[in-house]
Amino acid sequence: MFSDWPLLSLVVWTPIIGAMLVLAAGRPGGDAPKHIALATSIVTFILSIPLWSGFDVATSQMQFVEQVPWIESFGIQYYMGIDGISMPLILLTTFTTVLVVLAGWEVIKDRPAQYMAAFLLMEGLMVGVFSALDSILFYVFWEGMLIPMFLIIGVWGGPNRVYATFKFFLYTFLGSVLMLVALIYMGFKADTFNILAFHGLGLGMTEQVLIFLAFLLAFAVKVPMWPVHTWLPDAHVEAPTGGSVVLAAIMLKMGGYGFLRFSLPITPDASNHLDWLIISMSLIAIVYIGFVALVQGDMKKLIAYSSIAHMGFVTLGFFLPFAIAESTGSISNAAMGMQGGMVQMISHGFISGAMFLCVGVMYDRMHSRQIADYGGVVNTMPVFAAFMVLFAMSNAGLPGTSGFVGEFMVILASIKANFWYAFLAATTLIIGAAYTLWMIKRVIFGKIANDNVAALTDINSREKLILSILAIAVLTLGLWPAPLIDVMRVTIDNLLQHIAVSKL
Amino acid sequence: MESVYLALVLAPLVGAIAAGLFGKLIGRTGSHWVTILGVGASFALSLVVFKHIVLDGAEVYNATVYTWMVSEGIRFEVGFLVDSLTALMICVVTFVSLMVHIYTIGYMHEDPGYQRFFSYIALFTFAMLMLVMSNNFLQLFFGWEAVGLVSYLLIGFWYERDTAIFANMKAFLVNRIGDFGFLLGIGLILANFGSLDYHEVFAQAPTMVTESIEILPGSAWSLMTVICILLFIGAMGKSAQVPLHVWLPDSMEGPTPISALIHAATMVTAGIFMVARMSPLFETSETALSVVLVIGALTSFLMGLVGIVQNDIKRVVAYSTLSQLGYMTVALGASAYAAGIFHLMTHAFFKALLFLAAGSVIIGMHHDQDIRNMGGLKKYMPITYWTSLIGTLALIGFPGFSGFFSKDAIIEATHASSIPGSSFAYVLVLAGVFVTALYSFRMFFLVFHGKERMDDHTREHLHESSGVVVWPLILLAIPSLGIGYLTIGDVLFGDYFDGVIHVAANHDVLGHLAGDWHGATAMITHGIMAPPFWLAMGGLATAAYLYLMRPELPGKIKDRLQIFVTILENKYGFDDFNQKYIAGGCRGIGNLLWKVGDEKLIDGLMVNGSARTVGWVSSIVRQVQTGMMYHYAFAMILGLLGLLTWFVIR
Repeated sequence: MFSDWPLLSLVVWTPIIGAMLVLAAGRPGGDAPKHIALATSIVTFILSIPLWSGFDVATSQMQFVEQVPWIESFGIQYYMGIDGISMPLILLTTFTTVLVVLAGWEVIKDRPAQYMAAFLLMEGLMVGVFSALDSILFYVFWEGMLIPMFLIIGVWGGPNRVYATFKFFLYTFLGSVLMLVALIYMGFKADTFNILAFHGLGLGMTEQVLIFLAFLLAFAVKVPMWPVHTWLPDAHVEAPTGGSVVLAAIMLKMGGYGFLRFSLPITPDASNHLDWLIISMSLIAIVYIGFVALVQGDMKKLIAYSSIAHMGFVTLGFFLPFAIAESTGSISNAAMGMQGGMVQMISHGFISGAMFLCVGVMYDRMHSRQIADYGGVVNTMPVFAAFMVLFAMSNAGLPGTSGFVGEFMVILASIKANFWYAFLAATTLIIGAAYTLWMIKRVIFGKIANDNVAALTDINSREKLILSILAIAVLTLGLWPAPLIDVMRVTIDNLLQHIAVSKL
Repeated sequence: MESVYLALVLAPLVGAIAAGLFGKLIGRTGSHWVTILGVGASFALSLVVFKHIVLDGAEVYNATVYTWMVSEGIRFEVGFLVDSLTALMICVVTFVSLMVHIYTIGYMHEDPGYQRFFSYIALFTFAMLMLVMSNNFLQLFFGWEAVGLVSYLLIGFWYERDTAIFANMKAFLVNRIGDFGFLLGIGLILANFGSLDYHEVFAQAPTMVTESIEILPGSAWSLMTVICILLFIGAMGKSAQVPLHVWLPDSMEGPTPISALIHAATMVTAGIFMVARMSPLFETSETALSVVLVIGALTSFLMGLVGIVQNDIKRVVAYSTLSQLGYMTVALGASAYAAGIFHLMTHAFFKALLFLAAGSVIIGMHHDQDIRNMGGLKKYMPITYWTSLIGTLALIGFPGFSGFFSKDAIIEATHASSIPGSSFAYVLVLAGVFVTALYSFRMFFLVFHGKERMDDHTREHLHESSGVVVWPLILLAIPSLGIGYLTIGDVLFGDYFDGVIHVAANHDVLGHLAGDWHGATAMITHGIMAPPFWLAMGGLATAAYLYLMRPELPGKIKDRLQIFVTILENKYGFDDFNQKYIAGGCRGIGNLLWKVGDEKLIDGLMVNGSARTVGWVSSIVRQVQTGMMYHYAFAMILGLLGLLTWFVIR
């Protein structure tokens, strides 16, 4: 029944229109904006479900395609469509937004309508990023999405928000401006801004390397990869809980998505030539950042660093194919690593979102993120503690939770490329458990540390609902990842076949 | 039978969920009933399975429950392999678990976390069953980590105690070091065998013997050796072998019932089970077997020695567990896998018994665990006394008791083995017999005999524990006494493990011993004339002399041998080293990378440097700044358009 609906447009524009309605309904003291925001996010989520239920897993062709001319004189089109890579990310976006709206329900006292509107606006733009197949359209969404995020950190953020916003802006702007240059260069060369046309565009090695590096800067900042990661801990610390959740759960995935949609298929030879660079940066992220996370005293910083380390698995998995092809003789042996990177992105969306929400639950009550201010939370918040331990275990990659699946697949894949890649990647088993459980030990367990902890009240039913939904997501993906992998299989196989062919 | 296997595994899980999520609703009694019924059903079904597979000789069951995922055409599955090894393991696990469940009613009856405790131990039973029933490496790893999780939760059960929450983190992290090796081993198997299914991997193993792998440039190592050693590192974590043993003594911070169930009878033997299950792999690498042998021998002897100087009743039993796990590992290294599993089984009974008896003593002593404050408990706690005596005699390998058969078989197998390192191991396991008897009876005499050293208040309230506590002791004492005599003929020298455990012809020490086997009774009469018996008697006599007849002597000896005692009391310095250099070193690296790498180099030079430049420029153009958000947004759009225009008309 949905086959002739412009579903992607609906999923993009419903939240944006909803955001306008929320703003229009925004009067001080009124509850209407919140209800409109929640309704909009739920409707958007429901609208995104047919993208999955109606998705044909047997084809690598773009689906739910919408293509109309936009700026004809430049060949720019309003061209959208999804494949097995972007579809799960769109569902992650619509799913997370519902939770974020719920999470801000009674917590945000200052200009709640604008807060909700910013998240809805961002939702629409982020879905746009994942579904755009015209590079200029993509770029508009890509940059546009930053504006609500600046506002969220800048308006509802912590005391040091100006520095954090500035840093965030500087990093992302420097990153994406070179990408724009690359897109325009290819646009004129191909006489179209169609991303799929770029995939088939013949490019020389020098061109490829330059384009690859331009993309790398843009995407590496977003992921973020070591050494362009230092904006993330600051941004997280200053962002309100909802901002942190969206940032960690969805925005970081834009980088990973970019590598799959742009870098690898457009510049396969440069990717092959420079894969050592990405692999090294990924492994450094996993090990180096793991150690840094260990010594953090601020819970949000700790989780932010942990995110960087976990995203290292994503980029590692994506750039293994050339090394695996070399050592095993066939690039199709690299599917597991790519699938693992994708699973890691989805799983990290659940887990980091849940972890930031957990910190938010405590912050709302104690107004502190410092580990040293806590201790013995389990005594006063037993139900919350159970959730937090579950998500912490998932963060530490416990089998049966989603955190295990992606790491497991990437480690298994990397051992085919080089034993030492797997060796370094697998250290996360130890370091990841160390920083997560040490935090849990100091925050959750122990005697009641002080009067503030003694006065804590356990989570209410709204918070319980949010965390339960995430717990179900984390466990379902951990116990049965097959459906997610089935969705992306053909797309990834096709991508591997594509990058195996040199453009030179 | 498929539904039987599913029900067998899921029954404890249902109990765990009911007690865990609805504990308040169903109450304390409801919680213990639902979990006991779950585990009880599981035990009953295990007996059915045992009859079906072992007694009726049914076909080995090997089938998939569901497909976890498919990647690169490789199926990752959850499935069951039920053969004679599985049948034995599930009977042991569910029986000990059932005993511990019943015992817990008495031991934990005053604890506010009653429901939570039952939920955890039932969940543990589920995870352990998944581990032993797995037919592939993926599910093995699932169960492996899941039992680790429950162990973590249970060691830290009393989460207000600083020692407990330190111990549970330590246990998890040390186990993760083992899992690190284990996972790499699994990775190499998948990369080289293209499957994680046991049967497919085992079938290919012989063809892989000649394969080599270049881990360091220019060095070709045997692939099978590398895989087996990596897998064994996993076993070293879970089964607490030197130097990854450090977590097990600390795990005694958990309540006693789980020390019996998890840290003695079942979970810690998962490593032993795993290596036995992997016998077709380990048989291809003599180097790996040699490593297994030496590590096991070191653990068995060194940890036994530490047991002599411990004063906490549970820690004595914990070090004894470490030492006995060492014996099992020695058996594996000597290719006497069946003997390792056999000792695993007898040990599960008598060590669970000893732990639960220790728990009964602890209840009587009002949770004082120091054996120096005990003494003369025999007359107050007769059932605990007699069952403890059975357990202790089984532990030291007194002829006729179950431990005698299994331990003697291991010692004989080590003697007969030709694996490099076997003569070294033989000396250590033999000396270990003396040490075992010494620390076991030291504790036994200090607790049950001699002067009553407790305070008056405690003495007045001393009495035998309640029925739910002593009945499990009695039920565990029965197999501790008789299971060895009854089953050794079939399990070790019969065809019990045919087709399940694979031993290369030149390693077949048990087959060699079978030639001299004339029945269990003959083994007893022969045993009385053999060195292990006299070593055990020597240890017993030393303990009796020092702690019954001349109780003033141990103090004097201790003063004389201060250096050795200090080394033992410091547990060879493993803990201090780990704390200072490993944990401290990691924090040091973390701080260095953070403060210097992130803050000084990346932020200080790259980011803020460019930010300052921008700041300087912006101080000039600040005039156009209005502070209105829409101006900025507008400027951004204008800038974008300008850039686009420039490109177009260029």
